[in-house]
Amino acid sequence: MTSPVLSVRGLKVVTGGRHILHGVDLDVAPAGVTALLGRNGAGKTTTVRGILGLVPRTGSVRYGGDETVTMTTHQIVRRGIGYVPEDRGVFAALTVAENLRLAERDPDPAYGLVHELFPELRQRARQAAGTLSGGQQQMVAIGRVLLNRGNRLIIADEPTKGLAPRVVTEVAVALERAAQAVPVLLVEQNLALVRRLADHCVVLADGRTAHAGPAAELLADAGKSRTLLGVGRRVDAPAPASGGES
Amino acid sequence: MNIPALLRRWWPLPALAVLVLLPYSALPLPGLLDGPIGSPGSLQLLALCLVFGALATGYDLLLGRTGLLSFGHALYFAAGTYATGLLLTRAGLGFWPAAGLGLLAGVALSALLGAVSLRVSGIGFAMVTLAFAQAGSILVQRDPGGVTGGEEGLAATGLPASLVGIAHTADLYWIALAYLVVTLAAVQWAVRSPIGRVWEGIRENERRVEVLGLRPYGFKLVAFVLAGTLAALGGVVYLLLTGGATPQTTTSDFTLSLLVMVVLGGSGTRWGPLVGGVLYTWAQHRLASLAGSGTIAGLPSVLRVPLSQPLFLLGVLFVIIVYALPGGVAGLPARLRARAVSRGAQA
Amino acid sequence: MSTVVLLGITGLGLGALYFLVASGLSLIFGLMDVLNFAHGALLSIGAYATWWAASHSFGFPLALLFGTAVGTLAAVALELGLVRPLYRRPREQVLATVGVGLAVPALLSAIWGADARTFPVPSALAGTFTLLGASVPVDRLVLVGAALVVLLALRLFLGRTRHGLVVRAGVEDRAMVTALGIDVRKAFTLVFAIGGAAAALAGGLAGLYFGSVDPTQGGSLLIFGFVVVVMGGLGSVSGAAVACVVVGLVQQFANYYSTAGLGDLSVVVMLAALLLVRPSGLTGRLA
Repeated sequence: MTSPVLSVRGLKVVTGGRHILHGVDLDVAPAGVTALLGRNGAGKTTTVRGILGLVPRTGSVRYGGDETVTMTTHQIVRRGIGYVPEDRGVFAALTVAENLRLAERDPDPAYGLVHELFPELRQRARQAAGTLSGGQQQMVAIGRVLLNRGNRLIIADEPTKGLAPRVVTEVAVALERAAQAVPVLLVEQNLALVRRLADHCVVLADGRTAHAGPAAELLADAGKSRTLLGVGRRVDAPAPASGGES
Repeated sequence: MNIPALLRRWWPLPALAVLVLLPYSALPLPGLLDGPIGSPGSLQLLALCLVFGALATGYDLLLGRTGLLSFGHALYFAAGTYATGLLLTRAGLGFWPAAGLGLLAGVALSALLGAVSLRVSGIGFAMVTLAFAQAGSILVQRDPGGVTGGEEGLAATGLPASLVGIAHTADLYWIALAYLVVTLAAVQWAVRSPIGRVWEGIRENERRVEVLGLRPYGFKLVAFVLAGTLAALGGVVYLLLTGGATPQTTTSDFTLSLLVMVVLGGSGTRWGPLVGGVLYTWAQHRLASLAGSGTIAGLPSVLRVPLSQPLFLLGVLFVIIVYALPGGVAGLPARLRARAVSRGAQA
Repeated sequence: MSTVVLLGITGLGLGALYFLVASGLSLIFGLMDVLNFAHGALLSIGAYATWWAASHSFGFPLALLFGTAVGTLAAVALELGLVRPLYRRPREQVLATVGVGLAVPALLSAIWGADARTFPVPSALAGTFTLLGASVPVDRLVLVGAALVVLLALRLFLGRTRHGLVVRAGVEDRAMVTALGIDVRKAFTLVFAIGGAAAALAGGLAGLYFGSVDPTQGGSLLIFGFVVVVMGGLGSVSGAAVACVVVGLVQQFANYYSTAGLGDLSVVVMLAALLLVRPSGLTGRLA
């Protein structure tokens, strides 16, 4: 792998006196999709939140030539990161248009691309985001990221969780489009989607990095993927909505 | 067991013995007290210090032990003072029945208002308790039917002759000391009981207590009523000590001063609120007498004006404590030790 | 009838003062989770600054402007100097504002005395006018007008500007705002400035309404401000607007038609009743 866009070493997170992460190492490839995998509670979401400074953390996170572990969240994000959080993070009382406007960082936001991928967002521009369906809220969350052409990394935390199969496809298309231009770190439980999108993968277990390598290799090895990712999951069908994660 | 270990465990007993014997001491403490320790003026101030130390200890049952930020604690203190005072003065009851009913009034009021206030949590709870206390304060100051004495306060009549006057200051001091011992014992016993462990859980993380299948509401109400009862008892002692009730004890500023005492001493610790209450009360009286003294009057106005207001100094001191000394005075030894250790490690 | 009109307009005037206090409290709490106990101090600073300027022949509008500016500066200084360094420690933030809330009125009474100072009411506002048979003091209208202007300005700010958008989003989910690359701390200073301006304006207008200023005014208005904030829902400006009208009217009518002081009590009873029925207040959320 050529030099990674994001490089995490020994990331530790302690919240409420409990160690959530014991030392995560991961590299995000400079192009394509890097999947972050692991069972529920392995620490995937906490890793993402630690990278972004949304939880107190120690260790090293190098991004774009800078050490970001001492920076605040908005400083890190302004260096060109688009973030789709686990719970979508749309502002329920704000309209769709306001949600998108809040996320604008570029002088020339890419509304054309967003409306091409998600035409519904244009029709529902004046609707309060809290009244949208889960799938439509996810479109807002992804649309916020796609608006900024200046992004040099996209981090998406379970963007297909709890969505209807039709919407899963739409989200996958959008992520595929985005990944053509910008590297993506994707947290995902849906292995069919991982197979379709991911080039590389990193697997966490109990707050540590347990495996890293090409995604296809891991998914081809039934025994290995079963021990690392969970028991008896069918890898071809869209996975059912999974439960919450720490 | 050797002597130092015995002392470490049982030092409160000799300390208590010293406090009991203080009225017999003629030792002067220039700078700290105006007269010798055993003089009525000094004993009166010491008794007030003990009452407020105990009151702060009871208040910390909410703030430090259960994590409830109440801004209405003055109400239950005032309920004890005013109910007892009114029953004595207007209804002509004897002291003991009046004190008993006054205490009961505090219990009933804290149970009733606690039951309502605890329906909301966090800052909402703080605001609602504040609003209730304000209602009590307005009621006292507006003086409905001329019973509370309004802004003049209420001078209690019918107090037992054995507890009135300068000659009996030592008795009043011992009563204040007894109230302190009762409060410390009650708080310590409650905190160590199974209920106390639930309080600790509520303070740490209320959601986790709910997950265990316990309803925090009832436990919080117990803490609220116990703290209210201790405050009402303190109100009765205060009535004896000062011979009356003043509307100042009903105000939100009075509750805020309790908060200052607790934070000053160290919230959630056994001795911190007591230390904070004693220090605050002593400082307030000393600063007030300092403000009236010639030393201050001679200063240039830039210094004289702020120094003439004890509350200004205490407010500033409080902000400094919040910043510089997060654990309060009680956390000081541990901080100093930690600093000494880190300095030793560097050397 | 004329009594009802007079009481109604006086109640609205009082409600206007409550709104000016509560709108800032509500925004600050909604965005930052800080219950600003120094808000009464900001009001008092505004009141004394307005009184000082008005006594030095500034003219009332200019004096009010001066008082509001001083209060705004004090609020910004409070946020930058005391609240911001305690970021991530919300309880200590509240405690620091408690300390300021104790110290400032004490300082004011050290400088200008604990007794009330007569406010020089300009002659244009000292008179009355006749409405439906009632002779209504003119200053009531000034109060209601000022509150309406502030309400309108706040709605425009929150609804039409980018900073307003950041504030509204921050009230919902502060962390997510920072995750969009926005420095939410700038919005903290901004809401403190807005809240301080509104509170200081309330202070100047309270001088007009009560005819005097004293160091304890801020504290007592603050408590009713809290009641309004809880009733209206924390973080909701519109909720505060509705609640302050209700509180002001109930207080005036009850004080007039029963014994004095019962109106203040009935407001608290109303709050208790509301919390029993709807623990989350009239509209928004409750922490």
